Amino acid sequence: MAKLIPKPGRTFAEQSYIPEIAKGLGVTTRRFMKNVFGKDKEIVTISYPEETYEYPDRFRGIHRLTHRVDGSPRCVACLCCSTACPAQCIYIEAAEYEPGDPRYGYERYPKAFVIDELRCIFCGYCVEACPCDAIRMDSGLHMPPSANRADFIYDRETLMSIPGKDGTYQTANPRHEPGDPTHPGVDRERGH
Amino acid sequence: MDTTTLVVATLLKLVFVLAIILTFAPVLIWAERRQSAMLQDRLGPVRAAIPVPERFHGRVRTMLRFGSLFHFALAAVSAVVVLFTVGRAVYLTATDSGQPFADPVAVGLGDATLTVTGTALFWWGVVLFGVSYVAAKALRYGFETFRGNITIFGLLHPLADAVKFMFKEDFVPPKADKFLHALAPILTVVTAIATFAVIPFADTLYLDYAGEVIPASGHIAGPRVPMQVASINVGILFVFAIAGTGVVGAAIAGYSSDNKYSLLGGLRAAGQMVSYEVTLGLTLVGCFMIYGSLLLEDMVRWQQEHVWGFLVQPVAAILYLAAAIAETKRVPFDLPEGESELAGGYLTEYSGMKFGMFFMGEFVEVIVLSALATTLFFGGYDVPFLERNGFALELGSAIYVAEVPHWGVIALQMLSFTVKLALLIWLQLQIRWTLPRFRYDQVMAVCWKYILPLSLLNILVTGIVILLVG
Repeated sequence: MAKLIPKPGRTFAEQSYIPEIAKGLGVTTRRFMKNVFGKDKEIVTISYPEETYEYPDRFRGIHRLTHRVDGSPRCVACLCCSTACPAQCIYIEAAEYEPGDPRYGYERYPKAFVIDELRCIFCGYCVEACPCDAIRMDSGLHMPPSANRADFIYDRETLMSIPGKDGTYQTANPRHEPGDPTHPGVDRERGH
Repeated sequence: MDTTTLVVATLLKLVFVLAIILTFAPVLIWAERRQSAMLQDRLGPVRAAIPVPERFHGRVRTMLRFGSLFHFALAAVSAVVVLFTVGRAVYLTATDSGQPFADPVAVGLGDATLTVTGTALFWWGVVLFGVSYVAAKALRYGFETFRGNITIFGLLHPLADAVKFMFKEDFVPPKADKFLHALAPILTVVTAIATFAVIPFADTLYLDYAGEVIPASGHIAGPRVPMQVASINVGILFVFAIAGTGVVGAAIAGYSSDNKYSLLGGLRAAGQMVSYEVTLGLTLVGCFMIYGSLLLEDMVRWQQEHVWGFLVQPVAAILYLAAAIAETKRVPFDLPEGESELAGGYLTEYSGMKFGMFFMGEFVEVIVLSALATTLFFGGYDVPFLERNGFALELGSAIYVAEVPHWGVIALQMLSFTVKLALLIWLQLQIRWTLPRFRYDQVMAVCWKYILPLSLLNILVTGIVILLVG
């Protein structure tokens, strides 16, 4: 047996419209007074760019290449990031250290590290893929606009010149150089 | 009165009216947007700005700071002056040693002593206090919010709009009737502005006695300037006639655009405006019956002597407001524009300054109909307790009078008229941002089935009451 639900009717006050208009005006006027004269305004928009919102900690800004203590890039040119990149915007040219360099034989370094920021989709996969914490997107910066496409091709020096949100060029993760007692992997002195 | 005075006075009045219209209209565009933003918890348009070069920032800040401090000091000084005159008046009354306000005061040091009456000192003090206090507050706000741009609360937006309108392409559809297409916006604006001619914005000004306190009643000789552009004996009928011409503008715009949406919009505008023209007139008949005149200045005088119109004609006031909003073709009656179903209605094929003129016309109509409502229902330029000679308070048989010079009375009345006008316009904008749009059949039903019968009933009841009361 179907249950008959009565259609909600209108009272005379609603039908005559005037009290309802007064009510509606009351709502909007209260809002208006609060936002114009009130102490606790509830305006949610801001006057950008003089004011900006605080971005969340994990906001993905433009990339940066982190430094080692000696100022060289942490990157070991393993190509993980360029492999992971779905937009294929990272170009890395790996190079060997000179024989005699303590890092020779252990790791390589990027002779060229180029990101085409116009191709980048800011997915953050490169950061996820990096085993060395060498590429990060924690600069908190937007891409600066430019009328010239060439300005969006960021080379190694440009990427290394961008500090993190805290202003430093290194990361909080300590780097364990080969030869350090804390170095977790295999090295020449300790062998297997 | 000689011809020169007449011409100069008329020109000055025209300047005042045009100033009201041409400043209120852009300010209205700004106010409408800011108001809507405020009641929707947004900041609204505040970005139009005059950028200040970096090296002048400090200087601008200093200027704002010192300007604000200077005006605060000025306000303090004028407050002291006002308090001094009041205290002196109280002292003189208590010791019974002179006229409380009329006695002259010597101001100044040594040889540069100036003698003014207490009345003048008091009123100049009040005016100076008001102006400098507002200026100080505004400058302080400017100082606190200055961030390299001068925005003036977003008031530059209408200016930017005007510039944009002028430089936009003035597109005319290839098969449009070019003459009518150009004529329509002109008709709309001119008729809207012309309506303001008969609305009085202050009492009659007696030129010879402008600086003196004039007696509360009785005939005053000498040249007189009625504070309205034209005192026509048909009075309010002129308003209806001119407002009726406004329909032609919208209808022609729709017809001449060679666009089906425009035509539909024009038809809607014509139907709606003609219908509401009828009701607009009929809602006011009750007022004419009570005021016993068609002259707007007489209506204001009646309200000055008795009570404000909305107390004797509350139904007419509400009906008039509804009909007036419909007449201006604004939300909730903006069917002729109807952007959701008619693209832009009769405005579809207009661009550039022609569109701007329609826009102006619409806002000027808002001003004019608010001015009319002020005049008919809210006492026009009347300030409560302000007589021709100053503020008068009647307690029992005693009358206390705070005398105000004639120029002060006129200025206060103009101010009162402007404030009432602004409040009514605010109300109209608030309604515009509160109510959703009607359907077209509802618009017509509201007009013919409700407002018209109610206004006829109002006339009947008013007539009966007048007969009974005498």
